[in-house]
Amino acid sequence: MAPALRRAAIVGGNRIPFARSGKRYAQASTQDMLTAAIDGLVARYGLQGERVGEVAAGAVLKHSRDLNLTREAVLSTALAPTTPAYDVQQACGTGLEAAVLVANKIALGQVDSAIAGGTDSASDAPIAVDEGLRRVLLDLGHARTPQQKLKAISRLRPGNLVPAPPRNSEPRTGLSMGEHMAITAAERRIPRQAQDELALASHRNLTAAYDRGFFDDLVTPYLGLKRDDNLRPDSTLEKLSSLQPVFGRSGRAADLAEPTMTAGNSTPLTDGAAVVLLASDEWAEQRRLPVLAHLVDAETAAVDYVHGGDGLLMAGAHAVPRLLERNGLTLQDFDLYEIHEAFAATVLAVLDVWNDEEYCRERLGLPAALGTIDRSKLNVAGSSLATGHPFAATGARILASTAKLLSERGGGRALISICAAGGQGVTAIVEA
Amino acid sequence: MPTQPTDRYAQFVGTAPGTWLSSQLGLPRPAELRRAQPGKRVLDGPALVVGTGLAPLRADLADLLRAAGTDVLDELPEEAADHGGRLAAIVVDATGLREVAELEQVRAAVVPAFRRLAPSGRLLVVAAAVDEAATVAAAAVQQGLEGFVRSAAKEARAGATANLVRVRAGASAADWASTVEFFCSGRSAYVDGQVVTVGPAPAAAPAQERERPVAVVTGAAQGIGAAIAEALARGGAHVVCVDIAAQGEALAQVANRVGGTALHLDITSASAPAALAEHLRTRHGGADVIVHNAGITRDKLLVNTDADRWASVLEVNLAAELRIDDALLETEGALHAGARFVCLSSLSGIAGNRGQVNYSTSKAGVIGAVRAMAPLLAKRGMTANAVAPGFIETAMTARMPVATREMGRRANSLQQGGRPEDVAETVAWLADPRSRGVNGQVVRVCGQSLLGA
Repeated sequence: MAPALRRAAIVGGNRIPFARSGKRYAQASTQDMLTAAIDGLVARYGLQGERVGEVAAGAVLKHSRDLNLTREAVLSTALAPTTPAYDVQQACGTGLEAAVLVANKIALGQVDSAIAGGTDSASDAPIAVDEGLRRVLLDLGHARTPQQKLKAISRLRPGNLVPAPPRNSEPRTGLSMGEHMAITAAERRIPRQAQDELALASHRNLTAAYDRGFFDDLVTPYLGLKRDDNLRPDSTLEKLSSLQPVFGRSGRAADLAEPTMTAGNSTPLTDGAAVVLLASDEWAEQRRLPVLAHLVDAETAAVDYVHGGDGLLMAGAHAVPRLLERNGLTLQDFDLYEIHEAFAATVLAVLDVWNDEEYCRERLGLPAALGTIDRSKLNVAGSSLATGHPFAATGARILASTAKLLSERGGGRALISICAAGGQGVTAIVEA
Repeated sequence: MPTQPTDRYAQFVGTAPGTWLSSQLGLPRPAELRRAQPGKRVLDGPALVVGTGLAPLRADLADLLRAAGTDVLDELPEEAADHGGRLAAIVVDATGLREVAELEQVRAAVVPAFRRLAPSGRLLVVAAAVDEAATVAAAAVQQGLEGFVRSAAKEARAGATANLVRVRAGASAADWASTVEFFCSGRSAYVDGQVVTVGPAPAAAPAQERERPVAVVTGAAQGIGAAIAEALARGGAHVVCVDIAAQGEALAQVANRVGGTALHLDITSASAPAALAEHLRTRHGGADVIVHNAGITRDKLLVNTDADRWASVLEVNLAAELRIDDALLETEGALHAGARFVCLSSLSGIAGNRGQVNYSTSKAGVIGAVRAMAPLLAKRGMTANAVAPGFIETAMTARMPVATREMGRRANSLQQGGRPEDVAETVAWLADPRSRGVNGQVVRVCGQSLLGA
């Protein structure tokens, strides 16, 4: 008989400060960073030698050698070596999706405790060999006779020796994420100033959160870095508005509107790792560990950005109304909103369509618009524009911070939405 | 573990040519000190336990050492005996001495034995409390023993030490056992020429020891703090390792190494005392040991000490500590019955130090605080003691100018610097549940430094 469902508790989190790529963590691997993030969590909650139910984490930019990345990281930590682990990958949704997976196992009683998270390094990104060279090398491996070997080698051309760097573009459209977002921003007419204001708020909120010690039990310094090095405490609207646009300067976006997306209102390539500790209430209580909040429900959506009319990063807008309906809630029934700032325009576009009667009826199949939210409840401790965005690490960063924010205010409900490549979006409700 | 600075001179003196050269030139010859290792006995050779006068504690002292696996002798062995007649320790019960003439018994007992003291041997004199002496002569005799021990410590060779333990009236063997053991063992390697008073356990002290006591160590990310965390964890404690968030990386490594927990806390922040009390109450159900180790230096000559340098040192080293103590003592459930406070002072706080007016003031303040707290805490079955390190080999001393460093290393009876673990073991002894009779004491870990002696 299946046991009664129980809500998974969020006990706490840990991350290393996020670093702009090619800087402080240029020599660190994804596994190094994930290990450091887990070890910091272990130290905070005294989990040395503990067999945690499971660890689920992943990386978006992943080396072929890292086929068992999370398990290998676990073996390097102070956790019991008998702790099972597996890799998850859902682009920028990885961290949150991993948390949802382990939370469901906790809910079912299959595990009592779990760590979820993600790690990414744009500095240490894999570089693949040319496809032609790869075929030659594989055939060489299969060849038995000298003649067969010679034949394989004879197919080699100088051009095959040029390595293939990682691509930041969607395989089906050839457009980068920024170019995709620029199209959506142009379609929705998201003003430049609103984007810069959102970016400024992110830096200010993150600075204030650091200054009041909010991250003292959420962040552990790594390789000498103590705060996210993308954070600009002294940023101003003047500085942000002086930046040149970098996306939407050509193609469909340029046909529709003036380019608005700059390096200031877009996230930079970032290195980092983050994890979150989830458990049953009983497990936490037995160890006198806190329960900051509970992960109540989650919904992942995908949009047909290739042929349909939805933007690449708009899936969160589709997932949330389903989540609301299932839980009998309206968009306004939340005390906090955490919408991942892949780009300032992403957040603004999602808020824009939710308040658009036509979009809600036609695209989301709703009877009416979801309406607006109180912007003072949005990303109150800063988000990805200020912290940076190591793809797979973002979900655990947001989930742990959100749980702590709810716990600090003595209770409440939060909505999390994270957009991801491939036209996907992972959303969740957290309550304390 | 961060590597400790190496004392190259001591290494050289340990070689054959080094030994020859240093003895020809009359240079200091620091010995490698015997230090405690897990599984190692309190003493690695026989102990001569002698009584002078009535010697009411002699039998208990002998029993204690025997129980610790030591071969106890009541007279000097033949030179041909095991160990070449060498003694690992000479323990003298002088508690019963009342008349000046009786001091001759101490001389007569110690003189022939002292030559036989093995490398890193121990001379431990057990005496009575001077303020409890019935007569002027008895007080003079008991005080006189301090001069005897301190001079013997200066003459002791090859890493041997001499210390004095005063036992107050009413203290039982159970009350002084941990202290006698500490001074005989390698844990007190760098504690030399010290006087410690042990009293009866306070009536309010809990009868039962906790299976896994909880200890808090501030400034635990590195150096002496990390060593204290390790020593307390070796003794079975769960250690809450506290340091500022910026030290989090090293702190997590220490916490994971000792199987404790890391807590990022700026002890000087206004919210810190309440936050720590709440953390200890909710996460651990109360703490058993509080070690105030966090400290900073902002060295300048007095005439160049501005208000900032003054305030920051006094804030971290003294004011924050006092606020935390108040909060812990006032918060129901933050401390267990019988809790121990161990506060890190410094030789600078006793002797003063050029360029450290602010630091010395704060560290002398720590001693004042401990002495004032002790009688108040005793009523609750708790204790407060101070540990004052001398020259300890750390990353900080490694950065000193060579001449200053060499002066620091050699200007003590053991002619070398101590190690962080020497301070840590001293803290662990004071934190030991069995040390409940040790209260309000200031113990130097300085190899009997020439400073402030």
